[in-house]
Amino acid sequence: MVDPTSDARARWQADYDEARLRDAPFETMSGVPLDPVYGEGPYPGQYPYTRGLHAAGYRSRLWTMRMFAGFGTAEDTNARFKELLRAGGTGLSTAFDMPTLMGRDSDSPWALGEVGRAGVAVDTLADMEDLFADIDLSTVSTSMTINGPAASLLAMYIAVGEKTGIARRELAGTIQNDILKEYQAQKEYIYPPRPSMRIVTDMVKFATAEMPKWHPISISGYHIREAGSTAAQELAFTLANGFAYVEAAIAAGEDIDEFGPRLSFFFNSHSDFFEEIGKFRAARRIWARWMKERYGATDERALMCRFHTQTAGVSLTAQQPEINIARVATQALAAALGGTQSLHSDSFDEALALPTEKAARIALRTQQVVAHETGVTNVADPLGGAPFVEWMTDEMERQAEAVFAHLDELGDGSILEGVYAGIDNGYFVGEIADAAYRFEREVNADRRIIVGVNAFTDGDEDTDPNLLRIDHATEEYQRKRLDAVKKDRSQEAVDTALAVITTDAADPTVNLMPSIIEAVKVYATEEEIAMAMETVFGTYVETAIV
Amino acid sequence: MTPSGGEDTTMTPSGGEDTTVTPSGGEDTTVTPPRIVLAKLGLDGHDRGIKVVARMLRDAGMEVIYLGLRQTTDSIVAAVEQEDADAIGLSMHNAGHLTLGPAMLAALDAADLDVPVIIGGIVPDVDLAILHDAGIAAVLGPGASADEVVSTVRRVVDDA
Repeated sequence: MVDPTSDARARWQADYDEARLRDAPFETMSGVPLDPVYGEGPYPGQYPYTRGLHAAGYRSRLWTMRMFAGFGTAEDTNARFKELLRAGGTGLSTAFDMPTLMGRDSDSPWALGEVGRAGVAVDTLADMEDLFADIDLSTVSTSMTINGPAASLLAMYIAVGEKTGIARRELAGTIQNDILKEYQAQKEYIYPPRPSMRIVTDMVKFATAEMPKWHPISISGYHIREAGSTAAQELAFTLANGFAYVEAAIAAGEDIDEFGPRLSFFFNSHSDFFEEIGKFRAARRIWARWMKERYGATDERALMCRFHTQTAGVSLTAQQPEINIARVATQALAAALGGTQSLHSDSFDEALALPTEKAARIALRTQQVVAHETGVTNVADPLGGAPFVEWMTDEMERQAEAVFAHLDELGDGSILEGVYAGIDNGYFVGEIADAAYRFEREVNADRRIIVGVNAFTDGDEDTDPNLLRIDHATEEYQRKRLDAVKKDRSQEAVDTALAVITTDAADPTVNLMPSIIEAVKVYATEEEIAMAMETVFGTYVETAIV
Repeated sequence: MTPSGGEDTTMTPSGGEDTTVTPSGGEDTTVTPPRIVLAKLGLDGHDRGIKVVARMLRDAGMEVIYLGLRQTTDSIVAAVEQEDADAIGLSMHNAGHLTLGPAMLAALDAADLDVPVIIGGIVPDVDLAILHDAGIAAVLGPGASADEVVSTVRRVVDDA
């Protein structure tokens, strides 16, 4: 029984009473009325937010059902965006192709065979306009997964908004823009770490000042985990990167209470159910504590680890792919029990190709089942207080703190310097590769069972689901499109705009966003803009470590 | 971006400089261990698989030269020549295999190198025949065990 007179409980109740609730019966399927929360404080919405960011949990708002999508041309993806919104998706999330992710145009020699295959091809503002055609950017929030060239894509989004009469202040969404994890895991960098951090900091400053509804960074663990890290490493490396960005912003003269609320996170939801839930809860607790005690934040919103989650792509099998639906369901459930703000659920054909429309719809429906049928949204942090869950939360925190201590030492009291050093000396990639190999050894020795792969393989041969194929015509179409845009625009305006970017890049006191926005408006290409900065920043080539 | 090889990481079997290793298993009659160049061709940056494969092959006593990300057919050909490699392993997760696989074969042809190419990664079943017909020696899909990976490389090297 909870002591109703406790101060924490009373404060929680006051917060809860102010919350606007969804119009839903907060009772079990059998009609048993439920309390919004059970157990001990600190309660949801109370520092250090272990039990959740908001007093009413999902009673006030469900997580955003934000399905990652992108393939082929901007028109192809625009159609998929609309389908997902029609099917009940509540936010957009954009996947770009490899050339776009790496700051290369569709006619680059590097783009051969890659245009539109891993995501949508975007070369200029013209593609961005097609991508969001007939979608009202003032009512829908958009996430964009892009890092090295993030500034250009944010600039294009702003330009699209302005062309449709929407001020940048009104634009809601997130841009991933988490360059540190690129050197550690995803490998989609262009420039070396320090100049890249300058771009990130410029974008954070710009958004803090001009785009109150925009998250200029999504500090990510998803990719670190997919690359093979353990859950605790995912947690630790992500939050450490977060601390690094905070230190960089502070060093650039920004106020932590101003930019703190702009930061957001992105975690993986993997197969070990309770490990993941412990991880999510520990993330909130650690972030709040460090922001307050180490970095001196006082605004409550700066202490909050708000995060998007994606179910673990790497856990999905090519063998008997339909069973991936079951995997995604348990992973989505873990994310909901972990209190995520936003969720992408993978499609069952993940290990084979980009999702077909049907597979994407099934994935969305999976989230909808969790949200609307399981009842887990009726009670905030429903597993809080369970001995195992609290122990797991503590254990994740303990392991993460050991990593922070190491990085702090490596960086002589600066996590930012520690992260730079860890990138330089191979610490992150080495830990990740070791963990990946350990896992592989366990699977090979049948110590770790993967259904359909090393056990229960009957049915593996029953293959060939209908797969999404990207036509080679996409590449041809995109090259022609790019040609047409280049012919149509003012080359002089482009050259001038690019020269300004280069000049600005060379001056660390100048924010790069304005010049990049100007360049996209005159239809400079993504690669042209990337190159304009490359002349100043140089490129990054990693040391190949096994 | 300059296409570049980063640094070679030549993985020699542990035990020092002597690289003559008798492979375990009994069937294999090669005295010198196979030398294989591993690389990611094109922009794809997903390197978890190729790194795991590199360790598997090293553990099996092979000499692995991992070139890293963002290699070109030129940089791979140069490494093959320099290292006198017996095979090439390419890792692909971005659906570029039908373009990049044949491109690698063409580059080897132009350099007059007769070295088998193995592709690992995500290749839909329907594309397997196309790649084999084009001259790719083997394709290793997701979930391939260490035994499959090692025996495939050995077989491909022996058959060449």
